[in-house]
Amino acid sequence: MADMMTAGGHVRLGSNAGQGLTRRDGVLKVTGGAGYAADCRPEGLLHAVTASAGIARGRVTHLDVAAAEAHPGVVKVYTHANALPLALSPDNKIHPFVWRMDALQSDEVRYAGQPIALVVAHSLEAATEGARLLAPQYDAQPARVTLDDAEPYETDTTAFGRPSGHSSGDIEAARAAADSHLTTTVETPSQYHNPLEPHAITAQWHGDQLEIDTPNQAIGLAKQTIAAFLGIDPSQILLRSPFLGGGFGAKAIVFGAQFLTILAARDLGQPVKMVLRRDQMYGPVGHRAPTRQTLQLDLDAEGHILALEHDTITTTSTFDQFLESASNASHSVYATSALRTEHHARRADIGTPGPMRAPGEASGSAALEIAMDVAAEARGMDPLAFRRLNYAKIDPSTGLAFSSKALEECYAKAAEAFGWEGRPLAPRQMREGRLLKGWGMGTAQFPCPMFQAAAHATLRADGSAVIETSAADMGQGAWTALAQIAADGLGIDVDKVEFRSGRSDLPDAGVAGGSGHTATAGNALFNAGADAVRQMVDLATNDPASPLFGAGNLGVTARGGRLHRNDDDRSESYEDILARAGLELLRGEGKASREGTPERAMFSHGGVFAEVLVDPDLGQIRVSRLIGAFAAGRIINPRLARSQLLGGMIWGIGFALHEEALHDARTGRFVNNDFAGYHVPVNADVPMIEAMTVHEDDPFVNALGIKGVGEIGVTGTVGAIANAVWHATGIRPARFPIHPESLI
Amino acid sequence: MNRFEYERAGTLAEAIGAEGAFLAGGTNLLDLMKIGVQAPARLVDISRLPLTEIEPVEGGLRIGAMVRNSTLARDPQVLAKYPALAEALLSGASAQLRNAASTGGNVMQATRCSYYQDPLSPCNRRNPGSGCGALGGETRNHAVLGWTEGCIATHPSDMCVALAAYDAVVEISGPEGARSVAMAEFHPLPDAQGAGDAPLAAGEIITHIRLPDPGAMARHARYVKLRERTSFAFAIVSAAAALAVEDGRITQARLALGGVAARPWRCRTAEAALLGQPATIETFTRAAELALEGASPSGANEAKIRLARKIAIRALERAAAGTPERLPALPASLFAGDDNG
Ligand SMILES: Cc1cc2nc3c(=O)[nH]c(=O)nc-3n(C[C@H](O)[C@H](O)[C@H](O)COP(=O)(O)OP(=O)(O)OC[C@H]3O[C@@H](n4cnc5c(N)ncnc54)[C@H](O)[C@@H]3O)c2cc1C
Ligand code: SF4
Repeated sequence: MADMMTAGGHVRLGSNAGQGLTRRDGVLKVTGGAGYAADCRPEGLLHAVTASAGIARGRVTHLDVAAAEAHPGVVKVYTHANALPLALSPDNKIHPFVWRMDALQSDEVRYAGQPIALVVAHSLEAATEGARLLAPQYDAQPARVTLDDAEPYETDTTAFGRPSGHSSGDIEAARAAADSHLTTTVETPSQYHNPLEPHAITAQWHGDQLEIDTPNQAIGLAKQTIAAFLGIDPSQILLRSPFLGGGFGAKAIVFGAQFLTILAARDLGQPVKMVLRRDQMYGPVGHRAPTRQTLQLDLDAEGHILALEHDTITTTSTFDQFLESASNASHSVYATSALRTEHHARRADIGTPGPMRAPGEASGSAALEIAMDVAAEARGMDPLAFRRLNYAKIDPSTGLAFSSKALEECYAKAAEAFGWEGRPLAPRQMREGRLLKGWGMGTAQFPCPMFQAAAHATLRADGSAVIETSAADMGQGAWTALAQIAADGLGIDVDKVEFRSGRSDLPDAGVAGGSGHTATAGNALFNAGADAVRQMVDLATNDPASPLFGAGNLGVTARGGRLHRNDDDRSESYEDILARAGLELLRGEGKASREGTPERAMFSHGGVFAEVLVDPDLGQIRVSRLIGAFAAGRIINPRLARSQLLGGMIWGIGFALHEEALHDARTGRFVNNDFAGYHVPVNADVPMIEAMTVHEDDPFVNALGIKGVGEIGVTGTVGAIANAVWHATGIRPARFPIHPESLI
Repeated sequence: MNRFEYERAGTLAEAIGAEGAFLAGGTNLLDLMKIGVQAPARLVDISRLPLTEIEPVEGGLRIGAMVRNSTLARDPQVLAKYPALAEALLSGASAQLRNAASTGGNVMQATRCSYYQDPLSPCNRRNPGSGCGALGGETRNHAVLGWTEGCIATHPSDMCVALAAYDAVVEISGPEGARSVAMAEFHPLPDAQGAGDAPLAAGEIITHIRLPDPGAMARHARYVKLRERTSFAFAIVSAAAALAVEDGRITQARLALGGVAARPWRCRTAEAALLGQPATIETFTRAAELALEGASPSGANEAKIRLARKIAIRALERAAAGTPERLPALPASLFAGDDNG
């Protein structure tokens, strides 16, 4: 990739970024050396367990606190009757990543699984049994947990303040001009994040200083949230989150259940730990809400989309709002002269939903890609040819040009690797033995947001460096990829970089979410490194004793721990420059964010091709091949990027075929809130998968041209699988997950 | 989890008559204790009992109750003569669980009815007389055969389906002496009030499973399992079938269904109808009709009846084709790659 310039005149990547390094934390992980929050065992540790509501709506009328307190080992029981106060109203939103801080404020139950008491004890077992002994009694009201039972209400936002509707072009006129009108309805179920590591927190107070160990995707925001609800200064809090065992959005927020632990630790004057059980992760810590989506595509005689309408009905809780913004997934993928999207909200007796890997895009893309296939079929066109015909050259929702869009290259590369050519148009044409075989495809797209981050990069006298930013490694590889970027900023080898991260006393790295973490934290780190180099260049080029004297800023390149003159082959090492200047340390600072209103539409893209086998008699489905090609700007670490893309695609298999949380409609309680009942793909479900990337330079998205790879793999894939199922069976899936019995 | 006493039985005699719950592999019992569905005051650990032999006996094989599922599945005698049992075992749970799970524990494992697993729901099986929480609820996993309004649960074991087809006998020892019960009749069917009588009296322990010789059916036996994902999932429906075919006619036939009833469902009428018939799809289809005679949905699970018919046909077809020399890499799977018809 060509060198690029920033204000500092020093952006050039390549020596570290672009290498498929293995994870820097890999050995720690496989040897058990990586400490997770649940591993913390400070002196005097107490264990907390919440009691979970067994009804979905009503009031708690009795808790047998005496029985729980009488249980050996139990220290204290907190209920709504003796709840510890918050410094702010629980509904206060100090920033967009604050969910209602539900912390035993009243006897009201608003969803099954709601924490209704906290039992603190000397052992986990005692706390667990204490919580059971509370034997709550309720005054219950009928539960409303399904889309149909939920209560409609009006809102003009979906999530993070985004508008709930969009309209561009004249949809009625476009419709009137159209030749055919195709309506598709698709339902998606409620899904739970299920990171392998549950939400865990260890809180300890040292006087008015609070130390917290908890996995978190947004360390800076978490610190702000906790400080605000405690009424203390953020500087009094140290939050450590070096490793997360997965987050998928569920750990971007500090929920009431976690907060109770902090309050109890303060009240009791002892460290308190809480680790949610798997079943307790169904309700209080977010989920992806179910949707019912209706799409209408209006086509002209050649198959061009003239109008596209995407409506979503979805649920939120009765006490907070987060909407699965599925319709937004139709904003920018395909060309259309008129576009209308809407979201209709309903309130159900469920915990508040939250962002879950590709929030909105996952559900919306699943439905959009089915609708596209329906349209291609109606036009008698090959699904890929139909998508090419409707290729968006500009973003139809904003009219903006794309910052970069190598989607056509993705289509071509993946289609070729898959062997798409020659695919029969009609369904039920291919067999493998007795099994029906089908091929389907979908377009992947995901936005490229930037958050705000700051970083430090400090060169040391021995030529090594310390880089600092409170990034979150959820397993995606931030410890590695960010260090690679920082090393390039500093012009040294990544092995010389010591990375301090995952702690709230470091500069804020923003949210590890929205697939924007590498771009945001990476640019900040790079800038910090560049700042340090710039200072060193000043030292050297102004020092007559340096071989670089007089070379000037633009006349010097930083590489391999040395500054090189561009006009001749003289160079000098960082050690020597610092030594001569008498400096032990030289610190650079960097920031990154995206300022102003973007003048380009910024997305990662991809094409995903799926082959499924379906048993014709029994309907069981297997994704026998899954191949995707993605254009995601500059790839910092191909190995880690591939893992992210594969992980997203496998997530897509789960979305298409497995994941579904079921409530009993009468009680509102879950019937499958464990891994035996809530299925995600296992190895045998992924016999052949490949994720490729295509080269993409993006000079607009940010200085380093980094997009994101964390979520895009989910999009496109779900629809591709559903479309392959249709091609195998002739049956158009109308709801996810696709169950065997729906195919026979 | 409740507080409990723990004791390890050193000999079978110590275990027999012991008051408390037997702890074998613990893969089911401990899970149920953790969620408060079972709260035994005392655990009697039988995992060190010398019931770990798989021994050939007069006319068959005798399997100790503490033989682990993975050991049983890889046993050469089982693979040679009872391949459908190996296939059933290998299609169950995960490798880690099979390493821990015992033969006796597998037989005695509890239903996966989610209302049984939810202490807050009424459940006649867990709490006799409280009603059945599953009726009118989420019933996709529930019975279509042999159910009553007292209980619509299914028995989840794969192993037991194959054992029932092989005419296995459960050997039991108790304070009152020893007794034997056919696997196919071991698990009680529900009555109008609830789950029916317990299969074992207090203090009784399963010591062995006895398998008669399958004779000419040995290499014509298969287990097939329909599930939500390719591996590591309980059956939606499953079937074990074994056949002997001479001169194109079926001379012996066994068929048992899983996931459809509170016990592995042996289909004797269907078996009788297979005898003397050619081993054709028409014959199997008729037998499958008979196997599901009297089936009715216990909720929104009508599809299961159709699926059970189809899985019965598939198992019979695979049995007729003969057991492959080596079990497929995906045992019992529809994607095992051996339905080239
Ligand atoms: C996630 C998961 C998935 C699974 N998937 C499958 C599947 O696909 N197919 C399948 O068939 N099974 C499956 N299982 C169930 C598994 O097979 C059983 O848990 C296992 O076989 C039980 O054996 P155990 O030795 O661990 O029993 P334990 O848990 O020790 O005991 C189970 C019960 O049997 C009693 N018991 C044990 N031994 C004896 C004895 N000798 N005499 C009298 N009573 C006894 C115990 O008291 C207890 O009540 C799954 C389990 C899990 C956790
Ligand atoms: S089906 Fe049986 S086990 Fe399930 S709730 Fe009803 S009585 Fe209990």
